Amino acid sequence: MKTLLEMSGVSVSFDGFKAINNLSFRIGEPELRAIIGPNGAGKTTFMDIITGKTRPDEGTVIYGEKSISLLKMSESQIAMAGVGRKFQKPTVFEAQTVRENLAMALKNKRGPFDVLLYRKTRRGAERIEELAEIIGLTDALPRVAGELSHGQKQWLEIGMLLAQDPRLLLVDEPAAGMTPAEREHTTDLLKRAAEKHAVVVVEHDMEFIRRLDCRVTVLCEGSVLAEGSLDHVTSNPEVIEVYLGR
Amino acid sequence: MLRALFLALALILGLCLPASRAVAQDAGQDLQAILQTHAEEVASPGRRSVGTVIDALTASGLPGVPLFLERWADRSVYQRSGDGLFYYAEKQGNEYALSDIATGEAAGTAPASEMTEIRPNGGVRRVIGTALVQFQLSDPDIARRTAALDAISRSPEADQLEPLRNSIEGETDAGLLARKERLVGMLAARYGDTQEARIAAIEALSDAIAVDVRAVLNQILTTRPGVAAELPEGANIARTLTPGDDLTEAEAYAQLVEAGLAPAAQTPAQIKAALTDNIDGGSVGGVPIGQLATEAGRDRAYAALADAGTVPARVTEDDVETALASHVFYEEYTESDSAITDAAREALDEIETRVALNQALDLGLDALSLASIYFLAAIGLAITFGVMGVINMAHGEFIMMGAYTGYVVQQIIPDYTLSLIVALPLAFAVTFGAGVAMERLVIRWLYHRPLETLLATFGISIALQQLAKNIFGTQARPLTSPSWLDGAWVINDVVSIANIRIAIFVLALIFLGLILFVLNKTRLGLEVRAVTQNPGMAASMGINPDKINMLTFGLGSGIAGIAGVAIGLYAKVTSEMGADYIVQSFMTVVVGGVGNVWGTLAGAGLIGILQKGIEFFNPSNTLAAQTYMILFIILFIQFRPKGIVALKGRAAGD
Amino acid sequence: MTRTFLTQNRSVFWFLLALGIFALIVTVLSEAAGNGMISTSFVKTLGKTLCLMLVAVAMDVVWGYTGILSLGHMAFFGLGGYMIGMWLMYARTEIIVTESLLAAAIPPTPQEIHDSIGTQIFGVVGSSEFPAVWIFAHSFWLQIAMVVLVPGLLALVFGWLAFRSRVTGVYLSILTQAMTLALSLYLFQNESGLRGNNGLSGLQNLPGLDDVPQATLSIAFFWASAVALGLGYVLFAWVTSGKFGSVIRGIRDNESRVRFLGYHVEGYKLFVFTLTGIVAGIAGALYYPQAGIINPNEIAPIASIYLAVWVAIGGRGRLYGAALGAAFVSLLSSWFTSGAVPSVPLGFYTIQWTDWWLVLLGVSFVAVTLLAPKGIGGLFDLVTTRHPVPERIGDFGPDKGARRTVEGEEEK
Repeated sequence: MKTLLEMSGVSVSFDGFKAINNLSFRIGEPELRAIIGPNGAGKTTFMDIITGKTRPDEGTVIYGEKSISLLKMSESQIAMAGVGRKFQKPTVFEAQTVRENLAMALKNKRGPFDVLLYRKTRRGAERIEELAEIIGLTDALPRVAGELSHGQKQWLEIGMLLAQDPRLLLVDEPAAGMTPAEREHTTDLLKRAAEKHAVVVVEHDMEFIRRLDCRVTVLCEGSVLAEGSLDHVTSNPEVIEVYLGR
Repeated sequence: MLRALFLALALILGLCLPASRAVAQDAGQDLQAILQTHAEEVASPGRRSVGTVIDALTASGLPGVPLFLERWADRSVYQRSGDGLFYYAEKQGNEYALSDIATGEAAGTAPASEMTEIRPNGGVRRVIGTALVQFQLSDPDIARRTAALDAISRSPEADQLEPLRNSIEGETDAGLLARKERLVGMLAARYGDTQEARIAAIEALSDAIAVDVRAVLNQILTTRPGVAAELPEGANIARTLTPGDDLTEAEAYAQLVEAGLAPAAQTPAQIKAALTDNIDGGSVGGVPIGQLATEAGRDRAYAALADAGTVPARVTEDDVETALASHVFYEEYTESDSAITDAAREALDEIETRVALNQALDLGLDALSLASIYFLAAIGLAITFGVMGVINMAHGEFIMMGAYTGYVVQQIIPDYTLSLIVALPLAFAVTFGAGVAMERLVIRWLYHRPLETLLATFGISIALQQLAKNIFGTQARPLTSPSWLDGAWVINDVVSIANIRIAIFVLALIFLGLILFVLNKTRLGLEVRAVTQNPGMAASMGINPDKINMLTFGLGSGIAGIAGVAIGLYAKVTSEMGADYIVQSFMTVVVGGVGNVWGTLAGAGLIGILQKGIEFFNPSNTLAAQTYMILFIILFIQFRPKGIVALKGRAAGD
Repeated sequence: MTRTFLTQNRSVFWFLLALGIFALIVTVLSEAAGNGMISTSFVKTLGKTLCLMLVAVAMDVVWGYTGILSLGHMAFFGLGGYMIGMWLMYARTEIIVTESLLAAAIPPTPQEIHDSIGTQIFGVVGSSEFPAVWIFAHSFWLQIAMVVLVPGLLALVFGWLAFRSRVTGVYLSILTQAMTLALSLYLFQNESGLRGNNGLSGLQNLPGLDDVPQATLSIAFFWASAVALGLGYVLFAWVTSGKFGSVIRGIRDNESRVRFLGYHVEGYKLFVFTLTGIVAGIAGALYYPQAGIINPNEIAPIASIYLAVWVAIGGRGRLYGAALGAAFVSLLSSWFTSGAVPSVPLGFYTIQWTDWWLVLLGVSFVAVTLLAPKGIGGLFDLVTTRHPVPERIGDFGPDKGARRTVEGEEEK
C-alpha cells in the first residue's frame, strides 16, 4: 500500500480561531478511512483544504506518485488530478436531469472546446446506465434532479463521485437521510471502491462506521486526537472524554 | 481772435513777471498762479511739455494739486477765454458753473462760448496718472491709497518705483505698508537702478509664492528666439535649442527663413500650384499629366521646370538639413545682465518648488472634498449593499429625490439658510419613506436573488428618473446655497477651498460618526448586525428581521437623500444626477470592501485622490480622468478582489 | 447530427421557420417589391430589431444560461458598429474626395487623397490627421476582421481579468458596467480618434452603391440581419444544448460544484463571454448601417441594462424568449416614443405616452421580475406539454456555496 496523500503540519485559522491546528494525515491507496469527531473538530475544513477550497496558513499537502503539492493547484486541477468529493449537503444540479448530472461528472476531457465538440459515445451511455444501476436511479435517468427525494439526491451525488472515477474519494456524511437498507448498500459501495482507491469517509453515525470496518481517525479541535481501529479509538479515554465528557 | 490775444497777453505776463511768480510760489498758496505761469502747457499739453508743469505742481506741495491733476486728466478743467484763468466747470444748460481751482469754491457762471475744455491726449493722461500716483499713495483716504496700489500692481512701471518708495515712510496702515513694501520689492527687481539693488530685490522675492511675484520673475526671464551662424558674443543666452528635440525641424527651418538665412521651402500645395500654372498642352515640364498622380512624377516635373528656370529651385530635405546643421538656434534673455537673470532663475526655481508643494496641498484638499462627496453618495449604498447584501440601482435616484426635495423646499421657504435646515431632515424623511416603500413592495420578495434585485431596482430607477423629468422638466433646477456658504477659504495664491466643499466635508464627517454610532453603539445597530449574520438565529431571539431590514434600507436611502441635498448645492439638480453618481458609488463600495463603513471611507478616499490625481496630470480632460480611474479600479479588483478593508473569517462569508 | 440536433431542439426548427416566413412576408410587402405596404423606414426598423434580437440571444446565453449578468454586451455591439462604420465612412469619403480632386488640373496623389479624407472626416473635431485606430479603415476585409477581433479581444481581456479574480454575481455586473462606462467616456473624447460625441454618420449610404435605392438596400440588410439571427440562433442553440450547455447551466446554478467536478469554470465563462461578445459585435455591425449613425451614447451603460431588460421580459434561459423579448420591447418602445399612441386624458391630467412610456416600462419590468420571472417565454409553456426548460430551484446567479469574492469569504 503506497501513500497517496500526505498532509503535514497544516494549520488554518479564521480571524484568530484555529480551525485546523498542526494537522498531519496520511492515506494510502487502496485504503478505506473513516474520520470522526465532534462538531467543530475541523472535518469539513480538512476536506476543503484537500480540494483546494481553503488555503492553509502553513503546512504541506503532497499527492500522488510524483509528490505534487495540492496547495498550488486550483479546485478544478485538483479534481482532474483524481480527487473527488461528495458534499455533506447534496449539491446536485437540480435544474438538470439525472442523466445530464451523471454525464457531466463522467471522466472525460474537461476543456471548453473538448466539451463543446463532445459527442455522445456508446461507452459513455453504457457507463451512465451502469452507474444508474449501481445507485438505483435507472428509472429516474430522464427525470429532473430537483424532483428527487433527499435520499435519491444523496445517491446521485455518490453516482457523480463514482462517475469521476477518482483515486481519492472524500465522502462527507454519505448515510444522512438514508434508510437502513440504503445504508448497507452505501457501505458496500464504499468498500468496493476502497478495493482499488483511497476513500475517506466523514460520518457521525457510529453504526455506519462500525460496518465500514476500517481504520478510524478522530479529529478534535483541528488536530488528530487518536487513530486506529474503531475499538481502539473508542477505548481511548481522551476520545471518550471528548464525546461523552461534556 | 480775442481769445488768442488774451492768451498772448497772459503768456507775456507770465514770462515778463518772474518775480511775481516767485512770490506766488513762495507764498505757497496760489495754484492758479502756477498754472498761469505754464498756461500754454496746461491748456494744450504735449507729452514732452507736460513734465515741466507737473514738476512745478509737485514742487509747490499745494493741497489742491492731486485734485487738479485728477480733474485735468478727467477733462473737467476749463479755461476761460476772457482772462485765461483755469476753472473746474460743470455744464448747466447753456452755461457752465465754475468753481475755483485753488479753493474749490463756486466762482459764478460763464456762458458756454467763453469756456474751453482742456483735452489732454492719452499719452499725457498717462503721465498725469503717474504723477497722481504719488499723491494717491499718500492720500489720507485709505480707499484711494488701496486703489493706487491696485493700479500699480495691475500695470507696474519703472517710474512708479520712486513715488512708491517715498510713500512708505508716511504709511500708517500696517496692511498697506506690507503691500507697499512688497510692491517696492517687485518693482525694484525689475526696474532697480543698479545690478546689486536688483539682485538684492530678486533674492528678497524668493520666499514668496504669489502669482504676481512669479509674473515679475518671469518677466525678467522673458526670452526671444534667435538664430545665427554662431552664438552671438556677449548675448545673455538662456539656452541653445537642438532642432528635432527642442523644436521641430520644420519650426527651426521656418525660423531660418524668417531670419532671411535660408530660402523658403516649397509646400506640396505650392508645388502643385506651380505645376498647375505651367501645364503645357497635356504635360508639365515634359512629364505627361497622367504621371503626376505620384510624388515621383511631380518631383520630376518640378525639377524640369526648375531646370528651365520657370520656378525657383526646390529646397530638398538635404538642403534643409545642411541649413539646420550650419546654424545655432537659441533663446536669448531680453534682460542683458546675466547676473540678474541667474538670480531670477534661482529665485523662480525656489518659488516653483514651493508652489509645487502648495499645489499638492491644494490637490489634497480637492481630493478630500471629492472623497467626502463620494462618501456621502456611497455610504447609504454601503449600508444596503454591504450590510444587507441588497444591491440598489435606484440609489442614485434617491440622491436625486433628496436634491429635488431641497429644490421644492427652497420654492416654499425663500430664506436659503432656513430652507436648508428644513430641507436636510425633510430629504431624509422623503427618501427614508421611499426606501421603506421599495423594500416592502419589491426587495422583500427578492432577498437572496441578488441579480434580480439589481434588475428590479433598475426598473424602479428608470421609472423614477422619467417621473422626475415629467414633474420638474428636463432643464437643471438650481439649489442655491446660503450666502455664508459662498466664497472660499483662501490660504494663499495657490491653496484655496470653497466653503461649500468644507461644509460637505463636515457633513460627511458627521455622517461617518453617526453611522458608526448607530451601527456599533445602539440597539438597532446590534440587531442589524445580528440579522446580517444569522437571520434565523436573530429571529429566534425575538428580533423581527422584517422590521430590521426595513429600517436598514430606510436608513441607507435616507442618507442618500441627505447626500442629494449636499450634492445639489454643489452641482445642478437634474433628473440624471443620480445616474452620474451611481457607478462611482458602487466603485467606492467595491473598492473599499463590502459591509464596512471604514472600507467605504477608504474607498471614497482612494477614488477621490485618484480622480484628482489623474486630473492633475491631464487637467483639460475630466472624461479621460474618469476613464483611467475606472480602468484602475478594474485592475485594482485583480489584486484586492475584496476591497481595501476585507472582512475575514467564517462570520463574513458562509 | 443536424437531424438529431434539430429533433432535440424543436424550438430551433420553429424559430427558423417563423423567421423565414416573417422575412418573406416583409420582403413581399416592402417598397422594394413594388408593393409598398411596409415603408422603407419600417423595413429598416424591422431589420434593426432582428439585430437586437441577435444580441439579446447572445445576452441570454451569457446571463440566462451561464449566470453572468453582463452589463457590457451593448458595448461590444457598439464596437462592432464603430468598426464597420469606420470602413463605411472611409470608403464613401474616399469616393467623394477622389471625384472632387479629379476635377482639378493635376491628378491627385494617393497621399493627397488620404489627407483629404482625413480633413473631411475629422474636420468636425478640429483635426485632419488619421488616428492610429483607422489604420485598417481603407480595407473592407481588414475592417470586417476588426468587427470580430475588437469586441472579441476586449471581451477576452476583460473577461480574463474579471473571471480570473473570481468576481461573480452583482460584483461582476458592476464591473462590466464600469467597463462599459469607461469605454463610452473614452469614445466621448475627441482624442479617441472616433470623432468624439459626433460619432460616425452617413453609414446608411453604402460606398459605390449610390444608384441602388434605399428600399432595396434596406431589404438586403433586412435579409442579412435575418440570416445572421438565424445562424446565431442555431449556433447558440448548439452551444447551449448537449454537454456544454449542461456545464454552463451547472456553472450558473452552482459554480463551485462544477469546479469540484474538475471543470475549469473560468475557461468556460471566458469562452461564453467572448463568443457572445463577438456575436454582439457582428449584430452591431449589421445594425448601424441600418441606423445610419453611431455615437458614444449608444454604448452608455443604460443600453446594456435595456438589453438585460429585454431578455428578462422575454424570459431567461430560453433563446426564443430572449429574441421575442427584444423584439417585443424594442418595437413597443419605438411605437410609444414615436407619439403614435393616443394619449390618455384623465380630466385633470393627460398622459402623453412619450413622457410616460419609460415609467410604464420601469414599472412593468419590476412587475415581470416579481410576478412572472419566466417572462413572455413562459407563455409557451402553457401551450406545449413538454417543459423545454426545467423548473429551476433556487436563485439565479451564483449560489451561496460558490467561492465568491463577496463578503470576504475565508481565503488566503
